[in-house]
Amino acid sequence: MEFTEEQLKRYSRHIILPEVGGKGQKKISEAKVLLVGAGGLGCPVGYYLAAAGVGTIAIVDNDKVELSNLQRQIAHSVKTLDMHKADSAKQTFEALNPDVNVIAVKERLHSKNILALFKDYDIIVDGTDNFPTRYLINDACVMLKKPLVSGAILRFEGQVTTILPGDGPCYRCLFEEPPPAGLVPSCQEAGVLGVLPGVIGALQATEVLKLIIGKGKPLKGNLLIYDALGVNFRKVKIPKNEDCPICGKNPSIKELTDLSEEYCSI
Amino acid sequence: MPVTVKIPVPLQRLTQGKEEVEGEPGTVISLIKSLDQKYPGLAERISEGDKLRRFVNIYVNEEDVRFKENEETKVKDGDEVSIVPAIAGGL
Repeated sequence: MEFTEEQLKRYSRHIILPEVGGKGQKKISEAKVLLVGAGGLGCPVGYYLAAAGVGTIAIVDNDKVELSNLQRQIAHSVKTLDMHKADSAKQTFEALNPDVNVIAVKERLHSKNILALFKDYDIIVDGTDNFPTRYLINDACVMLKKPLVSGAILRFEGQVTTILPGDGPCYRCLFEEPPPAGLVPSCQEAGVLGVLPGVIGALQATEVLKLIIGKGKPLKGNLLIYDALGVNFRKVKIPKNEDCPICGKNPSIKELTDLSEEYCSI
Repeated sequence: MPVTVKIPVPLQRLTQGKEEVEGEPGTVISLIKSLDQKYPGLAERISEGDKLRRFVNIYVNEEDVRFKENEETKVKDGDEVSIVPAIAGGL
C-alpha cells in the first residue's frame, strides 16, 4: 500500500525517524493489535496506537461506560455514558484517525471464545482487571505463540512486561498462581490514581510499536515496576520456569479452562 | 550498610507509608521475620509459616529467589530486596 499525501503528513514525525521510516510506518499500518479491556489501560494504549496508525485495532470489552470510569478512562466521555466501552472507544479512536479499522468486540473473554478471537491478530495487549482473565490470556497467547504486552495497575503502582512465547518467560513463570480471592484488593476497592494507567498504558503502547517495527529491546524477561509516589522505575528479572505448567518442558495445561468465578471478585 | 527492602504500595500501610525500609542480613525468611517485629502483619502477607506465598515474589538484587534458594536465599549487607505482589487492575 502507498501512503497518500495526507498520510505522509500525518505520520511525518514517525517517517522522519530512521528507526521507523516509510518501511516501519507501513508495518504499523498493516499491524493488527487486539486490546483486552477498554478501561484505564485499554484507553491510552488504543489512543496512541490509533494515533500511530496501527491498521486494525480490536477492542474486547463487554462493559458499559459509567461515570466513575471517566476519572481515568480517557477514550470515553459524558456523551458515551451507558454505551458499550468498545463502541465508545471505537468512536474516539476513529475520530482521531480514520485510517484505523477499529473492531468493537462486545463479548466477555472465556476459554471457549478466546482462541478464535486472538488468532487473527499479531499482538495482544492485556488491560484487564482480574486474575482469571490474565491467566487465561497468558495461556491462550502461549498456545497461539502470540506476543503479549501485559500491564497492571493498583493505587499508585503499575507493572509492565512483554511476553514472547517460545522466547522467554510467560505470566505463569512470573506469578505461579493468582492470589486467593479477597487478599488483593481491586481498583474499585483500593482506588487508582487516574493518571497511573496513562503511564502504564503509554509504556504498553511503546512496547507494541517496538514489536511492530522490530526495533529496540522488548521488555521480555523483565518486569518493570513503576511507583508513582516514590517516582521509581525498577526492573526485576523474570527467569523462565522450566516447570511452568503452560510453557515449561512438560506442560500440564493442555487446554484452556476458566478459573473459578470467585477469583473475579478480587 | 544494612539490607534495603523495597515495599510495594499495597503493603506500605504496614510500614507507616515507607516505600523503603532497612533490614538485617541473613536469609530471606529471617529478614521477613525480623521486619515483622518492627512492622507487624508484614510476614503474614508475604509468607505462610516458613514458606513464601506463591503470588508474592521476592527479588534479591533483581534476582527472583524462587530460582535461587527460595526463602533460604542469603541476604547480605548492602543487598536490595524487592517484594513484588501480583496485581491485576486495568480498568
